[in-house]
Amino acid sequence: MTDQTQSTPVVKAILSTSRLLGIGAFLLGVFVLVPVIINLTGRWDFYYTLTSVALLSVAAAGVWLTFYIGRINIGQGAYALMGGYVSAVLMTQYGVSFWLTLPLAGIFCALVSVLIGLPILRLRGVYFAMVTLVLTEVARLTALALPITNGAKGITSIPLPGELSIFGLTIIPDFATLENPKLAFYLMAALLMTLTYVVLWRIVNSRLGHLCRSLQQNEELSASIGVNTAMLRVLSYAISSFFGGLAGAIFVAISQSIYPSSFVVQDSVNFMLYCFLGGLGYVFGPMLGTLLLYFGWDLLSIAREYQLLIYSGALIALMLVLPNGVLSLLDKKGGSK
Amino acid sequence: MNAILQVKNVTKRYGGLTANNDISFDVAPQEILSVIGPNGAGKSTLFKQVAGFVTPTTGEVIYKGTKISGLPPHKVARLGVVRTFQETTIFKSMTVRENVIVSHHLRSKASLLGFFFGSAQAKADEAEFGKSADDIIDFLGLQAIRDETASNLPQGHLRALGMAIGLATQPEIILLDEPFAGMNHDETMRMVALVRRLRDERGLTVLLVEHDMPAVMKISDRIVCINFGEKIAEGTPAEIQANPRVIEAYLGSEDAAIGM
Repeated sequence: MTDQTQSTPVVKAILSTSRLLGIGAFLLGVFVLVPVIINLTGRWDFYYTLTSVALLSVAAAGVWLTFYIGRINIGQGAYALMGGYVSAVLMTQYGVSFWLTLPLAGIFCALVSVLIGLPILRLRGVYFAMVTLVLTEVARLTALALPITNGAKGITSIPLPGELSIFGLTIIPDFATLENPKLAFYLMAALLMTLTYVVLWRIVNSRLGHLCRSLQQNEELSASIGVNTAMLRVLSYAISSFFGGLAGAIFVAISQSIYPSSFVVQDSVNFMLYCFLGGLGYVFGPMLGTLLLYFGWDLLSIAREYQLLIYSGALIALMLVLPNGVLSLLDKKGGSK
Repeated sequence: MNAILQVKNVTKRYGGLTANNDISFDVAPQEILSVIGPNGAGKSTLFKQVAGFVTPTTGEVIYKGTKISGLPPHKVARLGVVRTFQETTIFKSMTVRENVIVSHHLRSKASLLGFFFGSAQAKADEAEFGKSADDIIDFLGLQAIRDETASNLPQGHLRALGMAIGLATQPEIILLDEPFAGMNHDETMRMVALVRRLRDERGLTVLLVEHDMPAVMKISDRIVCINFGEKIAEGTPAEIQANPRVIEAYLGSEDAAIGM
């Protein structure tokens, strides 16, 4: 390896033809093929399923990032719930536009996660995992208790996303006037997912990602080479929670309602499973994991009472055969990340 | 003596246990100073306090006139005092070169956002780190294993890699934690030569904790001996070898000479 190839790995990686083809195929598939196929087959319910997959994979991307700094995060449900409530409260009680509540929900979650993360990110391994698991339950109980969240009755009749215009130019039309809001939601979620994974990919392939890896592998050594480990941990966790909040806010817009039980411990565990099954060593692992598990679960509904049995059996088999995730299949064929 | 590092009356208590009791010594620039002592004497605790991993109960560590005791490790490293660990402490699933490159973090001029967007500064940093990493790898003679994953390396190489990681931070004082442990005679002699080169060719001040007496006697300019948390002797290798308290600490009797 010469210095020249080393100094421009990012440029090279982006420009390599196979990668370009891959990106093209992905965009074509997500934004063109899926809507076309759904139109042809008339399975309109798939829009909802695939929108969910896209949003869940955004939240799972956050979980994956906390895995990347060596922490098992089973608390993403808490931030999804929090983001959902922030968006719902702002829309229904303060009349804020959905498009503004979206980033606000993410930022609110990121700020809260800094406060929560500062003490708990000092914990490692199973201890951190346990605290985050409890976090989801704490979020649910908080939503039940606070007056602003309207307790167990939740917040309902949340308006659909309105028009977004800048300088009189309509960028996104009012969802309520659309013929097919399902398609609009799908496209929005797919776009958000794409952006999320571009961000994640950039983080992992920049120096920031190398530092995260150093943290994952040895925190003490990382500190002794001058990395501000506490800051980096909190930063990663905040980005992770930001994604969780975003996903939660859009879920609320789709279902037009939110309850304390909208995101429960089960969801938090699922986010973690998506990461595991997709592959912790691969940026796109959580996306694939979410697709396989969530869509797979949906498709298995034809098996009726055997649905859970087949699903769990497949999970166990996957973990035994591919302990490094589905994407590790690529490595065996000599592919790259 | 114009000291670069001063350990002043450092005491560390863990509950009722006093790990270090009122230890003081100075380190001169470009000196190789060894801290020796029987197992459990408090050498590692002392080291951790110098590198910022543990805060002294009382007393302080001064580096170039700045108090560094109580600062977190990454700040101490930033000032130029860096600790290497025993051989298992490396970034296991990175290659040797990646290990060294990532350890250049302190020299990075780009901001976190700069990393993210791949700014010109971030790219310049990366190019510079790659070059510097190759220099260090050549200096330590690790060319053959440059692209090997660290978890596949034998002990001797891991030790050298740990040193490479330390060097990548471009320290002024490097703290070596048992650099000769578990090595045979030939390996030890090579390592002794290497530590000398750190000082002679890179101008480093070396502080090391070690059990291997022949190596310590060979390499050190001065030695500090600790027993039961207290400093019992300080001096040149010859003085230490002749010191009755040191002999007593190591052998419990006066008639056997320590070391060679």
